[in-house]
Amino acid sequence: MKVAVLKGGRSLERGVSLRSAARVEDALGRLGHEAVSLEAGGELVERLAAERPDVAFVAMHGIGGEDGTVQELLEILGVPFTGPGVAACVRCIDKSLSKHELRAAGVPTADWFAFNETAFRELGAADALVGLEERLGFPLVVKPSRGGSALGVKFAEGAADVPAALVSAFSYDSRVLLERYVEGRELAVGVVGEEPLPVVEAIPLSGNGYDFEARYEIGRTSFVCPAAIGEGEAAAVTETALAAYRALGCAGFSRVDLILGDDGPQVLEVNAIPGLTDTSLLPQAAEAAGMSFERLVERILELALAPTAA
Amino acid sequence: MPDPPHRRRAHARGSDLERYAGLFAARTQVMRSSAMRDLMAVTARPEVISLAGGLPDTSTFPPQTFAAQMTRIAQESAAEALQYGPTEGFRETVDCIVEVMGAEGMLPDPEDVIVTTGGQQAIDLLCKTLVDPGDAVICEAPTYPGAIPVFCSYQADTIQVECDAEGMRIEELEAALERLDGEGRRPKFVYSVPTFQNPAGVTMSLQRRRRLVELARARELLVVEDNPYGLLRFGGEPLPPLYQLDGGDFVIYVGTFSKILSPGIRLGWMVAPPPVMDKVVLGKQASDLCTSTLTQYFLREHFAEGGWREYVESVAGIYRSRRDAMLAALARHFPAGATWTEPQGGLFVWATLPSYIDTGDLLAKALREDVAFVPGQSAYVDERGRNSMRLNFSAGDEEEIREGVRRIGKVIAEQVELYGALTGERPVAPEPRAAEESPNVVPFRKAEGE
Repeated sequence: MKVAVLKGGRSLERGVSLRSAARVEDALGRLGHEAVSLEAGGELVERLAAERPDVAFVAMHGIGGEDGTVQELLEILGVPFTGPGVAACVRCIDKSLSKHELRAAGVPTADWFAFNETAFRELGAADALVGLEERLGFPLVVKPSRGGSALGVKFAEGAADVPAALVSAFSYDSRVLLERYVEGRELAVGVVGEEPLPVVEAIPLSGNGYDFEARYEIGRTSFVCPAAIGEGEAAAVTETALAAYRALGCAGFSRVDLILGDDGPQVLEVNAIPGLTDTSLLPQAAEAAGMSFERLVERILELALAPTAA
Repeated sequence: MPDPPHRRRAHARGSDLERYAGLFAARTQVMRSSAMRDLMAVTARPEVISLAGGLPDTSTFPPQTFAAQMTRIAQESAAEALQYGPTEGFRETVDCIVEVMGAEGMLPDPEDVIVTTGGQQAIDLLCKTLVDPGDAVICEAPTYPGAIPVFCSYQADTIQVECDAEGMRIEELEAALERLDGEGRRPKFVYSVPTFQNPAGVTMSLQRRRRLVELARARELLVVEDNPYGLLRFGGEPLPPLYQLDGGDFVIYVGTFSKILSPGIRLGWMVAPPPVMDKVVLGKQASDLCTSTLTQYFLREHFAEGGWREYVESVAGIYRSRRDAMLAALARHFPAGATWTEPQGGLFVWATLPSYIDTGDLLAKALREDVAFVPGQSAYVDERGRNSMRLNFSAGDEEEIREGVRRIGKVIAEQVELYGALTGERPVAPEPRAAEESPNVVPFRKAEGE
């Protein structure tokens, strides 16, 4: 089978994408498929038309690759592709939109307010901040609505921290979230097709839970899979993750990030196309479930080509 | 013919990762955030105007000269140039080094010189020779961003002493030394780039140079003087290097041909007292046996032609115009409340923005405008520097510099305006200023009580 591996792009997660793609290409080679590496750029459509692949493996993260843009293009060109469809990508990339969808579906997610830059620049939204801060309480988390990495995510311990945190978050997106900070264990659940993988726990080593940049980083965070939580808790977490996956219309594979606090699990975000590098969480969870990386890639391809897939 | 087999290594599986994880040395765990690394990776896109790198401009080196020199080596010394060389470097290379140091008033004993693979290796070898895990190393704040990973990989306890327009603040250094005394600790060395500092662009005053050298003598403290830019002076009188003031007892000197000839030849050097040098030579032997002989032959040819100083002067002239272009563009495009240094040489300007701007986040915004700089955080081991940035003026031409600064100014202005809207603080209207006034060209930190 001829598989076009789409990678790169201009997103800030370009580096992760290139590493994911390299690993996928290796696996495809070992599986006996013909992998065609396609850098997302000005010649993408032309290359796709020339190569006529049987399926496209989208190994792109962040804006441009994970937000429905590339997926829409592939739909127009009639090339089947891996991972969630256009609508799910659009919902997942925008945390504000996905939180609305999750709420509507009854999936627990922390309280939040979202603002457009225009609201502050032109509508005087700054005056509304005080009330919101009171309702959410401190500390709160300020983050760009779109974007998959820890960049631009800041803690605000008090009202004085909020304006600078907003300026930082607005550096990445024109919409930002102020979110209630939920204390708890940080978990992630990968889903392949409709099958949940074992729960992964990320434990920061530095002891500074406020250091977002240390998150998901080898050496500064340790990962435990399956997470050392009770069976009942694991079931609740998995059920919540699946509910989130379905509520956002995900298909193929995705990863749901959650916090397990005193009130049970709460969904932080859903990554439509999670990293597939050798340090990424979803492949590690698959491995823990006895699914090799090759098998994972094969399964993701099957799902992309299944007639029921979106 | 069939395609050659796929040669790239098979990537690690999740289970392998766990296996490797148990093998990594503790020193690998002190790395920078991967988020910042990914951000910096994006700066390499070809359409980005990068004011981030520290690249000298090698485009004016005449290709014919290069070809003739390399041809001569091939015809006359092929076997030797392709062979291993002495660990300390060739005597002819050391002669070139003595000549370069002589141009700045230094007279090193050739026996005290070792040729290294760039100045970077000299820093690495010094740490390898002197630093055990947990040992204190003192450097400037901000310091050369490339030195931090070296200090970290030897697990040094890096202490940063604030700089101002006159370089490292010696009284703060003394205070740091007192603190260490109190803990019964002795720092292994003080690392300084006293002339046209990377990243701040400032130069240590003569008075402070003298005090630093006195302090080194009184306390038997090693000072590492890293001087890549001393000959790239745009104006004013040169100041004596620390090495010259000290005579080489307590000052270890690090130099490089990267900025005065080529970084691609990877030729640097170190001058150290014999007991230190003995250990450094052993360390160098273990690291790479010897520095490239081929490029040492090239250096010899280049110096034999006698025009090396003219070449340095021509490059300095180019950089002077580019610095002028950058300072003028900063005055025009950066907002009120921003300050920057005015370097008299070297490659860098250090700009500091209002405290609420995080230059790491600003970089993400700037990259959407296809322009890049180094966030100030890279020059610190702690949380300082988050509202500063390093801007390079050697790599791009004047038009690129003007356009790059304009784009950065634009994203800063957007953040300033947004902050104003968020806090109700009306930003000071950026008045167009004439370059000659440039009221913002001030030290990035005023010395107190001096």
